[in-house]
Amino acid sequence: MAKVLMKGNEAIGEAAIRAGCKNYFAYPITPQSEVAEYLVKRLPEVDGVFLQGESEVAVGYMIFGAAGAGERVMTTSSSPGISLMSEAISYIAAAQCPAVFVNIVRCGPGLGGILPAQGDYFQATKGGGHGDYHLLVLAPDGVQEAVEMTMQAFTLAEKYRGPVMILGDGLIGQMMEPVEFPEDLATAPSNKDDWATNGMSTRKSKKRNLVKSLYLDPTELNAHNLNLKAKYDQMKREEIQFEAYNADADYKVLITSYGTMSRVCRTAIDLLKEEGIEVAMLRPKTLFPFPEKAVFEAATKKSCKSVISIEMSMGQMVEDVERCVKGQRPVEFYGECGGDIPSPEKIIDIIKAMI
Amino acid sequence: MQTEIKFAGFGGQGILLSAKLLAYAAMKQGSFVAWVPSYGPEMRGGTAYCTVVISDKLIGSPIIKNPTHLVAMNRPSLEKFSDTVKPGGIVFINSSLIPVRSNRKDIIELVVPINEIAAAAGSVRAANIVALAAFNAKAKLVDPDLLKDCIKEEFSAKAKIIPLNMKAFDEGVNFADNN
Repeated sequence: MAKVLMKGNEAIGEAAIRAGCKNYFAYPITPQSEVAEYLVKRLPEVDGVFLQGESEVAVGYMIFGAAGAGERVMTTSSSPGISLMSEAISYIAAAQCPAVFVNIVRCGPGLGGILPAQGDYFQATKGGGHGDYHLLVLAPDGVQEAVEMTMQAFTLAEKYRGPVMILGDGLIGQMMEPVEFPEDLATAPSNKDDWATNGMSTRKSKKRNLVKSLYLDPTELNAHNLNLKAKYDQMKREEIQFEAYNADADYKVLITSYGTMSRVCRTAIDLLKEEGIEVAMLRPKTLFPFPEKAVFEAATKKSCKSVISIEMSMGQMVEDVERCVKGQRPVEFYGECGGDIPSPEKIIDIIKAMI
Repeated sequence: MQTEIKFAGFGGQGILLSAKLLAYAAMKQGSFVAWVPSYGPEMRGGTAYCTVVISDKLIGSPIIKNPTHLVAMNRPSLEKFSDTVKPGGIVFINSSLIPVRSNRKDIIELVVPINEIAAAAGSVRAANIVALAAFNAKAKLVDPDLLKDCIKEEFSAKAKIIPLNMKAFDEGVNFADNN
């Protein structure tokens, strides 16, 4: 298929359709409202349903309902909206229902601002809602990856029977880039007859299914949580994605960065290379599971003297980087999170000050 | 090789559309492109701007502080951004609305009365197409015929305004070629 020029938000909407999503519930919020604008027109063409909830709290439970009934379902929101959905996300994780959540991150905390940021890393990777659960978190660095990850998200959500999050940002949502929709990323929906409340008439089994998150018996609840943990451990074995940039060079500094920020770092690395300064980048594409081994190995390469995590936050992913580097190298941090994205020139100045 | 073009003006002057048409044509020509709008909380009539990045390799940072060229559609845009343009770049000035110039000696000024040219071609509403055509004729970024095809495609649902925009395009090119 030929490339088309699309806004990230619209491309995410189209990717969901291509992945077989027929249910999209949302509440508008800048900078991602174009997803709803796109899907409200597009979903009826595929016999799908768009429904606007009365709030993000309601939307979270609409997602739970559709996911529990075995439907492919997605919502999109931005930071404050995801906070409101977080209770439902915890329930969905506990009840083991596949669903796709897209967070086109804006500045926080509170209402913050509407410009791009990466201040929701902790929320996405460490919880957000209560209890021992994780989201599988995918972080695209542009419109093409946003498309691919959205399509993959539906497959992963069903593989692990749980919520998957796309962690983008306002720039990825608003920017237009050429995109293709890889047909091979669309998968047939899995058979959900043994757990979903998808209607007795649609399946052979006479067993009644129950979707729930309440376990009052301590032994039963512990076993349930161990079962969830086994899934997160399997994600760590099977789903880690990352990109190593300029990693073959004898670099002195390793940058860790993801999403939009990593593209600025990529340009800075190219410009530094022209000056004869070698810097590499380890870009996690999955934020959970985190590429722990890859970060450790890249940081402890013989030529590498120090590591810096560069983020559009006040220092969040850096904590995972420090954890992975295990004290073998100094780990520094640079971040801005008012909505201005640091320029390549700024990154170059920071790197030069380190060496 | 990477070229960055900042389009700036009032909301409603067709900034985002002109930029999109250029990005679209560049994509069809086989380049890597990015179209990056400003989406701050602007009011109607406030300043809007948009950057198009055209490159022969995968685009790293789409955030551009110093663009190669500037297309300024109103005076605040020229005053705000003309100093950011890289030396040797083109500063397009919509002289229908901008009575001043950039005061820079190290750039190429392209001064075009787009409203008058568009009005003569049939409607002042095609002023952004005049600007796009004239700018592209000077900067030589994409094949003009390809750009015209992209405009036709964009307006395919409103076919009756295509001839006006084609005329406005040709007049824009003529002006740039002769000035």
